[in-house]
Amino acid sequence: MVGSSGRPDETPTTGHEWDGITEFNNPLPRWWLWTFYATVLWAVAYWIAMPAWPLVEGYTRGLLGYSQRAVVAGQVADRDAMQARYVERIAAASLEEIAADPELLSFALAGGRSAYAVNCSQCHGSGAEGAVGYPNLNDDDWLWGGSLEAIAYTIRHGVRNESDESRYSEMPAYGRDGFLEPEQIVAVVRYVLSLSAGGDGPAAGEGADIFAEQCSICHGEDGRGSVDLGAPNLTDAIWLFGGDYESVLAQVQNSRGGVMPAWGERLPPETIKQLAIYVHALGGGT
Amino acid sequence: MLVVTLIVVSIGGLVEIVPLYYLDSTVEKVRGMRPYTPLELVGRNIYIREGCYNCHSQMVRSLRDEVDRYGHYSLAAESMYDHPFQWGSKRTGPDLARVGGRYSDDWHREHLIRPKNVVPESIMPGYPFLQERPAELDAVEADLRANAALGVPYTEEMIANARADAAAQADPESDGAEAVMARYPKAQVRDFDGNPDMVSEMDAMIAYLQMLGTLVDFDAFRAEGEALR
Repeated sequence: MVGSSGRPDETPTTGHEWDGITEFNNPLPRWWLWTFYATVLWAVAYWIAMPAWPLVEGYTRGLLGYSQRAVVAGQVADRDAMQARYVERIAAASLEEIAADPELLSFALAGGRSAYAVNCSQCHGSGAEGAVGYPNLNDDDWLWGGSLEAIAYTIRHGVRNESDESRYSEMPAYGRDGFLEPEQIVAVVRYVLSLSAGGDGPAAGEGADIFAEQCSICHGEDGRGSVDLGAPNLTDAIWLFGGDYESVLAQVQNSRGGVMPAWGERLPPETIKQLAIYVHALGGGT
Repeated sequence: MLVVTLIVVSIGGLVEIVPLYYLDSTVEKVRGMRPYTPLELVGRNIYIREGCYNCHSQMVRSLRDEVDRYGHYSLAAESMYDHPFQWGSKRTGPDLARVGGRYSDDWHREHLIRPKNVVPESIMPGYPFLQERPAELDAVEADLRANAALGVPYTEEMIANARADAAAQADPESDGAEAVMARYPKAQVRDFDGNPDMVSEMDAMIAYLQMLGTLVDFDAFRAEGEALR
């Protein structure tokens, strides 16, 4: 029989016939067949070389002894070894020495930037711009001081956390705890707002008197605050919890204070130093 | 033919699955793992209800960049009391396997109410209602019992005190607070949502988030030699 393709009779058929149509039984393409055999061989080789078969106790570990956990441990160790010559010098140097050494400084800035992205950006913002309740780190306005040492201390021990060395300040909740009458609070809020308003300068009157009596102990007589006490400067128009009337009123009424973890308990001291260098470079002062 | 196919596939399946149940190396021996406290379990249920797993995984892969960003890679032991586990492979948001203790309760509250308040570039939706809804504590005892039936080592004492423990964990002033810490080591007892009048879903959610990845004692794990594989 000659099919419509014009093939000669020699090509064997599968023997099946459907309504007079038969099927040639051509051999598999060689490339396909050999690839198939190769994959079978590969599978056997893989069983021998790599962890594969479960046994009664444990499993075959393979001749290569491959372990993803060992690979990661190795990669981390390699990275640490590559960085060691800088990290060791950073560990030995003071913050000022690091800042004065261009090579160490550029390493610390890069390391600080990546540590910042992982650990700090969620509260202080990916551009260190802060958020309501979380200080902006770009402006040179520091609650606890903007020197290298002060920044390093704040990072190491945090703010209002459970560590004994944590920075700690607590403003009284003048409204909630009844230290001041509502009208006194309104007066003092107006006065506080006038401190930052510029123009004619702070308004005199009842608000000024209450401020001098209640607030100046921490915020200073001129309202410029104190980095030793963690009392914000009220004259610079930079506000942690918002600078509109309602926000300042809410703060005097109820008093909020943020919490920062003691990073010294989680990060190695060299990383704290790099972070301090990086944050100081953002908006640090002396 | 069908029967033979079934037999072949079954053998293949059995060889792959059965050893996971009897091999010691499937789940590492670690120190510190304990079942969820009742309040954490309520929080976990909210996590599942709100579909957090659609965008957040809970497994740090054993890859260098993962380990650098999130901390020690996850161990099987860390999800051995999870029914169901929340490993996931979809990460629109970050992995949460070790989010516990990274942020303050305040941050979590602010962030859950409106994520953009603290992370301006975030695309996560807000969950402000968590703050207003009381946590469903009546079902927690049955939930513990169901978990116990699945092999989570809850004792009869834990089950009997489940509801009281859930309320006490959000109230450090309460009489039951110490009992919670005694029954569940490393349990964090705080008023998580800052509202002492109610055990809200926010309390439960933050209690759950703040314990994620904090249980295993990794120093002991390393000291005993890492189970490499």
